[in-house]
Amino acid sequence: MDLYSLTITQAHELLRQRKISSLELTQAVLERIREVDGQIGAYLTVTEGVALEQARQADERLRRGERVTPLTGIPFGVKDSIVTEGIRTTCGSRILEHYVPPYQATAVRRLLEAGAVLLGKHNLDEFSMGSSTENSAFFPTRNPWDLKRVPGGSSGGSAAAVAAGECFFALGGDTGGSIRLPAAFCNVVGLKPTYGRVSRYGLIALASSFDTIGPLTRTVEDAALVLQVIAGQDAHDATSLAQPVPDYAAQLQRPVKGLRLGLPREYFVPGMEAGVEAALQEAIRQFERLGMEIREVSLPHTPYALAVYYLILFAEASANLARFDGVRFGSAAQQAQTIPELYLETRGKGFGAEVKRRIMLGAYTLSAGYYDAYYLKAQRVRTLLRQDFERAFEVCDVLLTPVSPGVAFRLGEKTADPLAMYLSDVYLVATNPAGVPALALPCGFSEGLPVGMQLIARHGEEALLFQVGHAYQQVTEWHKMRPALGR
Amino acid sequence: MEQKYEAVIGLEIHAELQTRSKMFCACPADYAHAESPNTHICPICTGQPGTLPVVNRAALEQGIQVALALHCTIPPLNIFARKNYYYPDLPKGYQISQYEMPLAVNGWVEVPVGKEGTLQRIRIRRVHLEEDTAKLFHQGDRSLIDFNRAGVPLLEIVSEPDMHSVDAVLAYAMHIRNVLRYLGVNSGDMQKGVLRFEANISVRPAGSQELRTRTEIKNLNSFRALTRATAYEIRRQIAIYESGGQVLQETLGWDEEHEVTLSQRSKEHAHDYRYFPEPDLPPLQIEAAWVEALRAALPELPEARRQRFIEAYGLPVAEARILTAEKSLADYFEAVLPQTQASPREVSSWMIGEFLRHLNERQIEVEAVPFPPQALAELLNLVAQRTITMATAKEVLREMFESGAMPQVIVEARGLAQIADEATLMPLIEQVLQENPQVVESYLNGKESVFQWLMGQVARATRGKADPQLTRQLLQSRLDALRRSRL
Repeated sequence: MDLYSLTITQAHELLRQRKISSLELTQAVLERIREVDGQIGAYLTVTEGVALEQARQADERLRRGERVTPLTGIPFGVKDSIVTEGIRTTCGSRILEHYVPPYQATAVRRLLEAGAVLLGKHNLDEFSMGSSTENSAFFPTRNPWDLKRVPGGSSGGSAAAVAAGECFFALGGDTGGSIRLPAAFCNVVGLKPTYGRVSRYGLIALASSFDTIGPLTRTVEDAALVLQVIAGQDAHDATSLAQPVPDYAAQLQRPVKGLRLGLPREYFVPGMEAGVEAALQEAIRQFERLGMEIREVSLPHTPYALAVYYLILFAEASANLARFDGVRFGSAAQQAQTIPELYLETRGKGFGAEVKRRIMLGAYTLSAGYYDAYYLKAQRVRTLLRQDFERAFEVCDVLLTPVSPGVAFRLGEKTADPLAMYLSDVYLVATNPAGVPALALPCGFSEGLPVGMQLIARHGEEALLFQVGHAYQQVTEWHKMRPALGR
Repeated sequence: MEQKYEAVIGLEIHAELQTRSKMFCACPADYAHAESPNTHICPICTGQPGTLPVVNRAALEQGIQVALALHCTIPPLNIFARKNYYYPDLPKGYQISQYEMPLAVNGWVEVPVGKEGTLQRIRIRRVHLEEDTAKLFHQGDRSLIDFNRAGVPLLEIVSEPDMHSVDAVLAYAMHIRNVLRYLGVNSGDMQKGVLRFEANISVRPAGSQELRTRTEIKNLNSFRALTRATAYEIRRQIAIYESGGQVLQETLGWDEEHEVTLSQRSKEHAHDYRYFPEPDLPPLQIEAAWVEALRAALPELPEARRQRFIEAYGLPVAEARILTAEKSLADYFEAVLPQTQASPREVSSWMIGEFLRHLNERQIEVEAVPFPPQALAELLNLVAQRTITMATAKEVLREMFESGAMPQVIVEARGLAQIADEATLMPLIEQVLQENPQVVESYLNGKESVFQWLMGQVARATRGKADPQLTRQLLQSRLDALRRSRL
């Protein structure tokens, strides 16, 4: 097996036994990036020098056996919406094309402290606004399983990179499916943690009350290892959770027999592609075979989830993006004579169409006279969405849903119709207003393209998601499938 | 003309809090002593992408103490909100402020208005916390921004429109400043801009209860600007009504040089701030026990101290009011008392007379007085012991203000001790009488009022050192002797 396609667990074992060095591992991945990224477009920035230096340091730690963690010496990439100190962070936008952050995101800092090796920054939809990575201001990322298709979005670069062997894991951002949709489209594992479980400090905000940082990996076990490092309260994020971080790996092996798996009836409705539905039904049977009890449950306010999600997102995003004014950082209009000219030119040229659309919609919904009808009402329905989940979890332990009604679509297929694009996330958005954790993992193929399922648990119950997901991966092979790329 | 109308005035006071760090980050809040522009800054207070605010607990505590001193209610839930507008001095494109659910509501103060000092109750609508903006400097055709002030905690105190005269506005503003200084949360140094006022003004026919269109004067940075602008605006609105016109709802600026208010924004162009709850800061539960602990820790406030000065020291109300109007002055007074033989009334009249006169003349604050309370106490002791005369004491005090020297040192060095022996005084009196035969003549002819003039001559001959009591006695007996010799 090629070094670049190992799981974290496998690579760590080889590193620990000193059968390979982090430098070799890192060089193998850098070589892989050189080999395939021209076709994929997963990376906006490759930090080869940084990576090689960090790999040498990791090897030193491994040699001395000091502060060795499961991530020491493991190369990873970071979605370019997460700031990296001294390394260009574009957020997929022209307005930050040359922006070099003066500080480190907490999640990245924790990974580097654990000895992980930073390879570079992953492509994304501009300001994480999109479901296909086609909204990147620089270039689209392509799906490693079919280069004519999108990898999903907005963390499309991260999912494609993990799938294509261009990193062992990635940090993504999930505001309404941005980790889970590309994970499903690219046949990798993606976790949206409980809101507040991972510090948002350093994540360029889209919708502050929905935003999460989470891992994209090749196995559920790997996701548990990464979350272990990045989770935990952060003095820089007032919304980060104070609860202690459990030992995720220790709970992975627990049997799932007797656990109740809930199937929300509102998520199994006409409109799903046949191949997707078939894969899901097979996954449900698999869980049954594992001894789980299957329950039908209801999340009655699901039809309103997309509206609630977008109304609140537009509002928060319109304010979050106000700081890009050309005054302190980022691209700025050079010829502006007045303050309004500076704003209009900087933002007019710096932002893409989807970003402008969302800012305008957000400003509109917050305006005097509309606030109550849109923002306030959406917040009220948000409470109902949260209660839906609370009630469902009274009768089941984990929910299972599709990730998307269909498999990865073709580039350009939905770019002309924003609403069709928004609908790709219809099964994913409710978890963010509710704050609950959700895991996407491979569960089959439809016409040669990956299909993903989503597991949802109560607030703070990531361990349960890992337990169920890991049990599934012990008896299935879907997650071991790799795209035939480059050769 | 003005009696036909009644002004209705509400005041918003912005007070910077003297916390160690800024409102939402760890940067020093003391921007006035920054070594150079843009040195007290960090990624958070310059609004770098991905940064998050964290509430400064000390600012909350100071804010709650002010609110308690203003008899406010502290609601159990405190929510921050984003106030959205664009300006280069506002790093994030929104100010974190409070809208619904402010820190405190429904307070009141009683302030002595006008020369009679009639106590008037003015209600406080709300007190809330927010962050200050950066400072702009305009140099020719370019503008520079200093972010040292950006993020400094600001307390906004909003009154009800309960003031009906410039006197009331001044009394209220001075009272609030005094409370802030008593609590040690604001220096009250208006020149440094730590206190800023905004006045909402309307006028209506006297006796009417209607609320007419109001205007808002922004950025009044001194008591002088506040009172002049308010007086001007009241006159301007009355003149409009007198000529049959209508007052427009607008925001005005105060032109210090020409002493006029100028329109900045009309209602049509009023900002829509699109307030919404700040998603980066969870609602803060304000525990009742915490509020009570802060209440218990409140220092003695101006009203209580004034009452104590009246009762414990037997001071007249007017004097007690002047002494307690400045915490530092009251502190000084109470530091002098235990060290002097002079009575509290005597100390009070010295401080309100000579001491304050020097402060005014020299335009200095009590803190800048170059000698300690003990020095003033000794000076008063020298008077009480008749070592120096009242006139000499005034001269010594002047020198104390100039050199900071202790009174005994000045008295000895300049030989200012009182002349209280007959042997020294008598020849001087003889000399005065010989040099002024006409005056003596007129006295003997019954014009006894010139006696005082002769006393003055003796005082002059001794440069004020003559013991007035002995001088009077000796002069009287000498003149009596002359009269007898005439008979």
